[in-house]
Amino acid sequence: MIEVRKLVKRFGLKTVLRGMDFNVSQGEFVALLGPNGAGKTTFLRILATLSRPSLGVIQIAGYQLPSQASSVRKKLGVVSHMPLLYGDLTAEENLKFFARMYDIENQANRITEVLDLVGLLPRRKDLVRTFSRGMQQRLAIGRAVLHDPEVMLFDEPHTGLDQDACDMLDKVLRDVAARGRTVVMTSHDLGRVEDLATRFDVLNKGRIMATKQKSEMSDGNILTFYKKALAGIDD
Amino acid sequence: MNKKPTVLLILDIVSIILLGVAAYLALSYAPMEATMGNVQRVFYFHVANAWVGLLGFLAAGVAGIAYLRTGKQKWDIIEVAAVEISLVFFLIAIVLGSIWARPIWNTWWTWEPRLTTAAITELIYLAYFMLRGGIEDPNRRARFSAVYTLVGSVSVPITFMAIRLFRTIHPVVIGTASAQAQGGFNMSSDMKVAFFFSLFSFTVIFIDLFWHRIRLGNLQAKVEELKLNVME
Amino acid sequence: MTEKNSGIQAVGRYLKAMFAIAWKDLAAELRSRELLSAMLVFALLVILIFNFSLKLDAKTRTAATSGILWVTFTFAGTLGLNRSMAVEKDRGCLDGLLLAPVDRSSIYFGKVLSNLVFMFIVEAIVLPVYSILYNVNLFNPWLLLVIFLGSVGYIAIGTLLAAMAVQTRTRDVMLPILLFPVVIPVVIAAVEASSGFLQGLALSEVSYWINILFVYDLIFIAIAFMVFDYVVEE
Repeated sequence: MIEVRKLVKRFGLKTVLRGMDFNVSQGEFVALLGPNGAGKTTFLRILATLSRPSLGVIQIAGYQLPSQASSVRKKLGVVSHMPLLYGDLTAEENLKFFARMYDIENQANRITEVLDLVGLLPRRKDLVRTFSRGMQQRLAIGRAVLHDPEVMLFDEPHTGLDQDACDMLDKVLRDVAARGRTVVMTSHDLGRVEDLATRFDVLNKGRIMATKQKSEMSDGNILTFYKKALAGIDD
Repeated sequence: MNKKPTVLLILDIVSIILLGVAAYLALSYAPMEATMGNVQRVFYFHVANAWVGLLGFLAAGVAGIAYLRTGKQKWDIIEVAAVEISLVFFLIAIVLGSIWARPIWNTWWTWEPRLTTAAITELIYLAYFMLRGGIEDPNRRARFSAVYTLVGSVSVPITFMAIRLFRTIHPVVIGTASAQAQGGFNMSSDMKVAFFFSLFSFTVIFIDLFWHRIRLGNLQAKVEELKLNVME
Repeated sequence: MTEKNSGIQAVGRYLKAMFAIAWKDLAAELRSRELLSAMLVFALLVILIFNFSLKLDAKTRTAATSGILWVTFTFAGTLGLNRSMAVEKDRGCLDGLLLAPVDRSSIYFGKVLSNLVFMFIVEAIVLPVYSILYNVNLFNPWLLLVIFLGSVGYIAIGTLLAAMAVQTRTRDVMLPILLFPVVIPVVIAAVEASSGFLQGLALSEVSYWINILFVYDLIFIAIAFMVFDYVVEE
């Protein structure tokens, strides 16, 4: 589903990603771990077609990036740590707007469906600026799944949420992942991703240091795996 | 670090010599103009400087488009060099024009097309540098600069045409003078020599300074690169 | 699906996106009314200040009307442009727009549409107010044409530059600095044409200015359309 080969990203003369290789098959839920400044957000932005690679080959769902970026966008659902929502519009109006931008069929039904999925149906006519951060994030996920994308990218979605909100978010994430979607989620909170992910990759200093399937990892060893990966030790 | 190429060194020397000769021609060789007196001599350098400013302006426009199409940093360096040179030379031209204008039209400034357009162009250049100053990311800085250069290159000619419809009292030395133009004069052959020699010298000076400025830009880029290499 | 069909569909999607963005801006503004009230209050204040700073007798005032109007519109316009773009930048919403499977230029045109509507609303209120305050008849269809053409040119280049300005450090200050030197032909032509029509000149005498407005509008819409990608992408 996602193929990345020798990806390099420079900002001026500063190199953030140094020849990354990354492959995800359909249906996998990859947790991309790494310390701050490792390049996780940069990488996700490139996958989301919001940023151009300096060098390298990227293919998502068969489309080449960046040349076929516009075709890929239909298949991508992105949730970043900013909600990307309009505060002066209601939850419903926000979704209506994005439904139009994605040219979705049966907009009214789909909007109701999605609001129900993220548990915001009772608040549909409320202005987003009155929402708590947790609710905004849930609506943001709603926005991201509106057009039923095959690939979902989450950039540290739990940022700024309290325990209750996190739990609600996890429930939605599980629902979303259950439909056979391909998911890449960045996080620096290991505990959160342990349940959700099927695979763990560690990104540090602009490169993938290690990758391991969940099935290959025994309980509680994710922390050890992570630390070793950061130290550059092969497990 | 590249040593200064010999050609550039020669160009430096040639430029200085040409400047000297042009000054002699303008200040001494050319005959004194009948109506305006010695102040008219300012004209030789005034037009030449404006000419260089114009060259810089055009170069910047071309560099901007080139950067947008290729994304290569060198065009950004060329663009900055062109804008800087154009800024300085237009400024000199404006000042010289003022010096000329005072005794002839009895005013330091008039809102006539060429002068006003030059002033507006200077404002665009200043806006250009303020824009560059407000952006950290070099890639974005170069892109935005190129876009603004393009916008400026197109708007300035339109501005000129609009103002010209407004009013005209600038002397038309080459070509037919309009009824309102004052201070125009016909050039004798000696004057023509001084005039065209000035144009030529300043074109050479333009190339010389342009080249130097581009080298400086390249050097700056190299320093940034080295700084980052050391930091990592 | 025939080629022609998908071509029409593509245009349909493009327009849909454009109108969706314009609708979104207008709906949000209708709720908060922050942008419009700021522009309006500012515009009326400017006119008031002109009244006190320029001691004009009735005759001179009529002659100065078009100048005062256009200065007012130019300054109030920057407020609107800044606010409109700031909304996208602040909550990262621009990313949301860029993620959508639509051509970048449709974002530009959507924004131009909503910015134009805001400007027209302000103009629609300022004109009658000025008329009443200064006893000048501004309900001249030709004058309205000039205001339309002038606003389009102003907003066309303004939206592009606002998109750039909002991404710099000195945000709000940056836009007028970038915009004003470049929008001068519009101001000159609009003021001259407005004056001409207010003085009762025939179309033929003022046509040169209308032409300049027209040409400017076309050229800068075309340029903005071509370079907008470079301004929003990374």
